[in-house]
Amino acid sequence: MTALVVAEHNNQELKPVTLNTVTAALELDQDIHILIAGNGCSVVAEEAAKISGVAKVLLVESDAYENFLAENIATLVSNISGDYDFILAPTTTNGKNVMPRVAALQDVSQISDISAIESSDTFQRPIYAGNCIATVKSNDAKKIITVRTTGFDAADAASGSAEILTLEEINDAGISKFVKEEIAESDRPELTAADVIISGGRGMQNGDNFSILEGIADKLGAAIGASRAAVDSGFVPNDYQVGQTGKIVAPDLYIAVGISGAIQHLAGMKDSKVIVAINKDEDAPIFQVADYGLVADLFEAMPELESKI
Amino acid sequence: MKILVPIKRVVDYNVKVRPKPDESGVDLNNVKMAMNPFCEIAIEEAVRLKEAGKAEEIIAVTVGSNLSQEQLRTALALGADRAILIETDVEVEPLGISKLLKSVVDKESPSLIILGKQAIDGDNNQTGQMLGALTGFSQATFASEVNLEGDSLSVTREIDGGLQTLDINLPAIVTSDLRLNEPRYASLPNIMKAKSKPLEVIPASDLGIDISPRLETLKVSLPATREAGVIVETVDELIDKLKNEAKVIS
Ligand SMILES: Cc1cc2nc3c(=O)[nH]c(=O)nc-3n(C[C@H](O)[C@H](O)[C@H](O)COP(=O)(O)OP(=O)(O)OC[C@H]3O[C@@H](n4cnc5c(N)ncnc54)[C@H](O)[C@@H]3O)c2cc1C
Ligand SMILES: Nc1ncnc2c1ncn2[C@@H]1O[C@H](COP(=O)(O)O)[C@@H](O)[C@H]1O
Repeated sequence: MTALVVAEHNNQELKPVTLNTVTAALELDQDIHILIAGNGCSVVAEEAAKISGVAKVLLVESDAYENFLAENIATLVSNISGDYDFILAPTTTNGKNVMPRVAALQDVSQISDISAIESSDTFQRPIYAGNCIATVKSNDAKKIITVRTTGFDAADAASGSAEILTLEEINDAGISKFVKEEIAESDRPELTAADVIISGGRGMQNGDNFSILEGIADKLGAAIGASRAAVDSGFVPNDYQVGQTGKIVAPDLYIAVGISGAIQHLAGMKDSKVIVAINKDEDAPIFQVADYGLVADLFEAMPELESKI
Repeated sequence: MKILVPIKRVVDYNVKVRPKPDESGVDLNNVKMAMNPFCEIAIEEAVRLKEAGKAEEIIAVTVGSNLSQEQLRTALALGADRAILIETDVEVEPLGISKLLKSVVDKESPSLIILGKQAIDGDNNQTGQMLGALTGFSQATFASEVNLEGDSLSVTREIDGGLQTLDINLPAIVTSDLRLNEPRYASLPNIMKAKSKPLEVIPASDLGIDISPRLETLKVSLPATREAGVIVETVDELIDKLKNEAKVIS
């Protein structure tokens, strides 16, 4: 039996979530291959070859894969899936975009966003915004899985020495075209990889006020996140959204500022190790999950916090 | 041009559901049900395309029990022209749902299918992409902006790093993200009008499609609960706790 991990990368470097996905794969199978599909991405294959536990790196390069278009990547993964009992990808926007398409091509029911593995066919996954955990058993011969990366530690990325195999398996459906991407450049850690996150909500009042959080983030080496309300109001870009339908995070420290704590927000952060909430409403539901709550006006408390840490 | 909008009846998003005492499933007794919020956004987008003169007909479709007629009527009140219920009393997985939807696509030949990105009950986020595989149509998931010009569709997508724009050929599948639009409320006259719009009921068993489940839910349980912590009085106390008790800052 062999497992295939579909790696997440940007043609230049491997995304850290790939390492958590490898750990999940290792719980299922000792023989792991990793797929690097992209263009001009041989450096990524070299990086992947160093992940401990990976036996083989499959490198496929083509214009057709450069922007990870779902139609092309799904056909590729489906075409090479014959040898694998498990196919896994992280629950990222890429993984969510591609994997169900692979599953349907293979006539398999995907198991989405697993947070734990009980056995080679039985998995736990959060449902209803994480208010319940379902234990599901898959009766498909092939298991197609997306992995909630906060549920699994990162694999060691330095001690492996896998062989790199180049595949010539080019599929271009020719029905979709990449036009452009607006990716925010930031010196801060990525939300899903950060040890500390400070998130702002509607209470921040506007985008400029997020500078109050930036000073603290600089001092703590934190990533900045947000509630849906803050994103919908245009305070910050969409990729800041933490929650049921945004990013799932579990840092060592999560600081929620001016966020009420709706179930959809909690769904994305309640597995954080330590939660701090700063809110002027003492009845805000966020205090029910916070280890440390401070009932205060954020415009007074946050500058004080910045000056004292 | 025809637009097909698959919708789902789900627990209202404000409800905090709990497992049944015997952990055999989710306790849905006397729980308020509604149209999945992402499906409302999908319907709204279809209606806006029709209002802009870019589409002629909107068909809402759902796979579910007879009770789902309620959500189809809502879709009709919001601007869909007709509705189809593929009726079944068993729970169908996204793979089965996409197979049933494929049969509707074969019959109706829509140029565009708009789904929600995710149903907030199972949080699967699969159906649109699976329907893409079964039809061979192009797909743009997590859309925050859709521009239709002739037979090319330009879609802006919400991705992990920011935004991505794709041009995709029709027929196409789009799944809606939160910021695609803000759905309207159905007006009373439109709710009345919706009662006389056509709603066709097709028993799923008539379609001869294998929708038997591949996944077995062994158990539904509560997640590890978090105890509420302490309320600190001052910023100084907070910093002290974070440094000396939680040891998460230095
Ligand atoms: C389908 C669906 C999906 C969703 N997905 C997500 C998701 O992924 N992520 C998400 O976050 N939400 C999501 N939501 C939205 C969610 O239901 C809430 O509406 C949202 O989280 C509220 O954001 P908020 O806490 O910032 O705003 P509010 O609920 O308005 O809370 C603002 C808080 O700020 C406090 N405040 C105001 N001024 C100050 C001040 N000066 N000092 C201190 N405190 C102050 C207030 O007391 C209040 O508690 C989703 C909703 C739906 C329907
Ligand atoms: N039973 C259903 N009937 C019709 N459409 C559905 C059904 N279930 C899911 N969908 C569509 O697929 C989207 C994503 O659902 P899911 O893949 O379950 O997260 C929903 O927003 C709907 O548009």
